[in-house]
Amino acid sequence: MQLLDVFRTATFRLAFAYLCLFAVSVMLLLGFIYWRTAGFMATQADETILAEGQGLIEQYKRRGIMGLRTIIVERASRPGQRTLYLLSFGDAPLAGNLSRWPTDAAETAKGWINFSYARGVEEDQEVRPGRAVQMMLTGGFRLLVGRDMKEVNAIESTIRSTLLWALGITGFFGVAGGVWISRNVVRRLEVINRTSREIMSGDLTRRIPMQGSRDELDDLAGNLNQMLEQIERLMMGMREVADNIAHDLRTPLNRLRNKLEGALMGNTSRDEQMTALESAISEADGLISTFNSLLLIAEAETGAHRDTLELMDLSEVIHDIADLYEPAAEDRGVTLRFVAPSRITVRGNRSLLARAAANLVENALKYTPQGGSVTVSTGINPRDDRPTFSVRDSGPGIPEADRERVLDRFVRLERSRNTPGSGLGLSLVAAVARMHDAEIALEDAKPGLLATLTFPAVEENQAVIAAQPRRALLSPTKAQRAPEPETQG
Amino acid sequence: MRILVVEDDREAAAYLTRGLRESGHIVDHAPDGEDGLHLAMGGNYDVAVVDRMMPRVDGLAMVRRMRDEGNKTPVLFLSALGEVDDRVKGLRAGGDDYLAKPYAFAELLARIDALARRNGTDAVVTKLGVGDLELDLLSRTATRNAQRIDLQPREFLLLEYLMRHAGQVVTRTMLLENVWEYHFDPQTNVIDVHISRLRAKIDKGFTEPLLHTVRGAGYSLRAAS
Repeated sequence: MQLLDVFRTATFRLAFAYLCLFAVSVMLLLGFIYWRTAGFMATQADETILAEGQGLIEQYKRRGIMGLRTIIVERASRPGQRTLYLLSFGDAPLAGNLSRWPTDAAETAKGWINFSYARGVEEDQEVRPGRAVQMMLTGGFRLLVGRDMKEVNAIESTIRSTLLWALGITGFFGVAGGVWISRNVVRRLEVINRTSREIMSGDLTRRIPMQGSRDELDDLAGNLNQMLEQIERLMMGMREVADNIAHDLRTPLNRLRNKLEGALMGNTSRDEQMTALESAISEADGLISTFNSLLLIAEAETGAHRDTLELMDLSEVIHDIADLYEPAAEDRGVTLRFVAPSRITVRGNRSLLARAAANLVENALKYTPQGGSVTVSTGINPRDDRPTFSVRDSGPGIPEADRERVLDRFVRLERSRNTPGSGLGLSLVAAVARMHDAEIALEDAKPGLLATLTFPAVEENQAVIAAQPRRALLSPTKAQRAPEPETQG
Repeated sequence: MRILVVEDDREAAAYLTRGLRESGHIVDHAPDGEDGLHLAMGGNYDVAVVDRMMPRVDGLAMVRRMRDEGNKTPVLFLSALGEVDDRVKGLRAGGDDYLAKPYAFAELLARIDALARRNGTDAVVTKLGVGDLELDLLSRTATRNAQRIDLQPREFLLLEYLMRHAGQVVTRTMLLENVWEYHFDPQTNVIDVHISRLRAKIDKGFTEPLLHTVRGAGYSLRAAS
């Protein structure tokens, strides 16, 4: 980063504006101090001179010219005398420590003059500044009383230069500070910019380094990082979907193609052709349903239906699904039970929830052996008053290590390779759950699988919660799935 | 039946027209909504099969204009947009049924049949009958040959739907949509099991079966005569 670039930054411009304001106020302050100190010293000197002069005139009035002369001679010869005296008749000096009337006198106010005079002898002579008041005495005598101003002037100039230095130093530090601050800010912004550029050029794994200072730039970096995290996750998801689609749709597409080609082969009988075509159609149907599931998952994941969520009775939806599947379960020799308190309200999308429930029930039925049972239930979790929906089967369950994985798309565990299904059932449930801000949990039901969806709490359930026995206080884990009065679905 | 097919994709239209003609219908084809509207207003069709996304005037706009001008021809929307929202949009625009692409031809035929016969049966009926099977919609009872049949509420709805479409082929999807109001295809044969339960109740013990399975399509409730 060039220094010139620093000057262009917003931070520097801000710092510079601030500096100007600061410099003006410092100048005003120092000017005021100078004005007061110098003015005070000048006034004091003038007053001393004036008092001395008036005293001498008093003496003149009382003791005449001779008396005055004596006094002046005496006072002028005092060692270290700073006061300047000159008594003259016309231009002829009579007494005093000035040898003659000053020639370069500049009158500043009535009777006041600034001048220079020589002091010392011969080679040691020194020209010094003086300030005096001159008075005309009766009888043609003139009196000059003044002060040597060298020290006063020196003090004044010291003050002046001190103040100028102070101003200079303030200015310097102001500019340097401005540059330093903006460089710092600019450097950190530059880091963010560089990372952004790297990400734009394709490296999505890059993150903006944080300083840990918890300031607003760190906040910005943190927020950007979170955003990147989300984007990356979405991108990964998309890539994964693309890969899975490529893999899991190509296989059935290939089978479809093979069957059609088989039907076209020369030596196939009409019957064989018909069979091949029919199985090609059912292959196509399978593909269509896989495709529909994928679309639905994608839709649920982008939250396209989020604005269609409304308050609805979860028990009713689940009851209808249990009702739909009950004969099929019985057909397979599996007992399907539906357990629910009267009304459980959730904010949801009826058709998607029905879809998810259907998937869970189908899944449970698929893996539950003859003579087993599937229990579908809704309830309120007594610990946090959140509505729940769960499906529990008595099948083999899912090994703990695989429970996370089965929620992903197209994941089919090794042992279910030979059962029909696209591997999308549970991932659709997971997507619907996410859309409802519900948590999905897969647990070991010993034996079997317990899949639970826990929805965000809504106020409308207060009546159900109030009526629910608080067994939670005694044993929270068991009470969570405390048996409710059962109704056969 | 006279059927109007409004579909811009030439191959899809050719397939539809051929299939419907082979099933014994008279078919006219319009390649876009504007021609479709023109034909629908002029000809006296039993059913119009309308694609949604077409050049010039799209399907929704076409049906809306048909309805605005007082044309009551039953409309079946055929569309690649198959989500619940799209379905609702189609029905709001004045469509009578909605079938998402890709579809099975048997499904389309069954639905066209159902639509065409629905036309004109607007009168409120309180009793339905097929052969010696009777359904009283007021007292919610079913009898066959004066013998009372006990039905669960859902079974009653299922039988009612089948009886309202007596003699027609009713597909599993139609049953799922109209009796259960679900718009998805279950992986398992849930509908078949419901049907076989119903069949056990209405046909068991009687010589003449009423509830028939139509291979590759669905079910049909009809008396032998």
